Amino acid sequence: MKGQVSARQEVLKGLWDQNPTLRQLLGMCPTLAITTSAINGVAMGLAVIFVLICSNLMISLVRRLVPNQVRIAAYIVIIATFVTVVDLTMKARFPELSSSLGAFIPLIVVNCIILGRAEAFASKNGPWRSVLDAVGMGAGFTVSLTFLASLREILGNGTLFGVTLFPAWEPWVVMILPAGGFLTLGLILGGVNLINRSHEASRRRALVEASRAAAGFALPGAAAGTPARGEA
Amino acid sequence: MDLLLIFIGAAVVNNFVLSYFLGICPFIGVSGRFSSAVSMGMATTFVLVMTAMATWLLQAYLLGPLHLDYLQTVAFILVVAALVQFVEMVIKKTSPPLYRALGIFLPLITTNCAVLGLALFIQLREYGFIQSVVFGAGAGAGFTIALCLMAGIREELELADVPPSLRGAGITLLVAGTMALAFMGFAGMI
Repeated sequence: MKGQVSARQEVLKGLWDQNPTLRQLLGMCPTLAITTSAINGVAMGLAVIFVLICSNLMISLVRRLVPNQVRIAAYIVIIATFVTVVDLTMKARFPELSSSLGAFIPLIVVNCIILGRAEAFASKNGPWRSVLDAVGMGAGFTVSLTFLASLREILGNGTLFGVTLFPAWEPWVVMILPAGGFLTLGLILGGVNLINRSHEASRRRALVEASRAAAGFALPGAAAGTPARGEA
Repeated sequence: MDLLLIFIGAAVVNNFVLSYFLGICPFIGVSGRFSSAVSMGMATTFVLVMTAMATWLLQAYLLGPLHLDYLQTVAFILVVAALVQFVEMVIKKTSPPLYRALGIFLPLITTNCAVLGLALFIQLREYGFIQSVVFGAGAGAGFTIALCLMAGIREELELADVPPSLRGAGITLLVAGTMALAFMGFAGMI
């Protein structure tokens, strides 16, 4: 039972608490570069999920065989192999998508999320947990990318996944230019921080109230004395 | 003339950081202090030029003739990693003060996507050897310019009254967006 709960947490932590894009600020280059349309965001996210799951599984399996000194080089070769698989598959099956993502598919090799998870998680944990971690982190990346891309596509083009939403919309061209990417992501980060800060503040308030109630229960005199001293 | 256009194109018009989004991680991570931004820009420029040469030679004399194009990504990243290691050893031997100044930034250049991106762009655009070297130098100059400008602005920002939620990465990205808007002004040059 306990294992099930923590397995769920292993996946869920990637979605918000340790979201690779919005909380850890990893993998910024593809996040900004290809999020000009929602479909690109989804495609990039799926490619990264595939590479992340495969490389985390593989690295976790060989983690006891690779000497410590050459581990980074070994990880990079493993990651580059799976990235090549994705790149060639996309070129063969989805040539349109592959050309719109351009050099950013092979550049998944140097996406810090993947090497970061390899080093921080897969090299220390078993295969099953590494796959769960990869699913969570990949999903967090995909969701953030799709969200950012949808915002930019709606504002910059008036469409979502290529479907026209507002026929009378005058597109804000700047949103799909590089500048729009920086500005949108900056504001989203600000929003995420705002939500976290208010969450933390309410959690701290609840904690203080709880401890005050507990103190009141144990030492009624002390709890009654505190506000009186505050007034004085 | 052609070479000059390639250099200016890579340095300002299609700036690697502000219009191709390559090398964003060091751009956000290392742009806190002006002095470290300059060192990081120099080291990256050096690695970029070396990578341009090495990957061009590798493609022209090994991968191309043997029809091993599908190994490009694996081969290039290994070359970049080896090159960064080599540069690190050379600097450590020849100039210990510079080595100490660069510190942790040197090994991190391996995962700078500008380096691998440069190698891939050279293949996509089918540049010759000299053109590749100039392209690498231009990309390095562009990266250094963007990093130094950002560091200068961020040193001033420390005194500004930024909303708490936007402090750190948020305001850096907003400033970068404004810089990208300004760099769009170069678009008519080529």
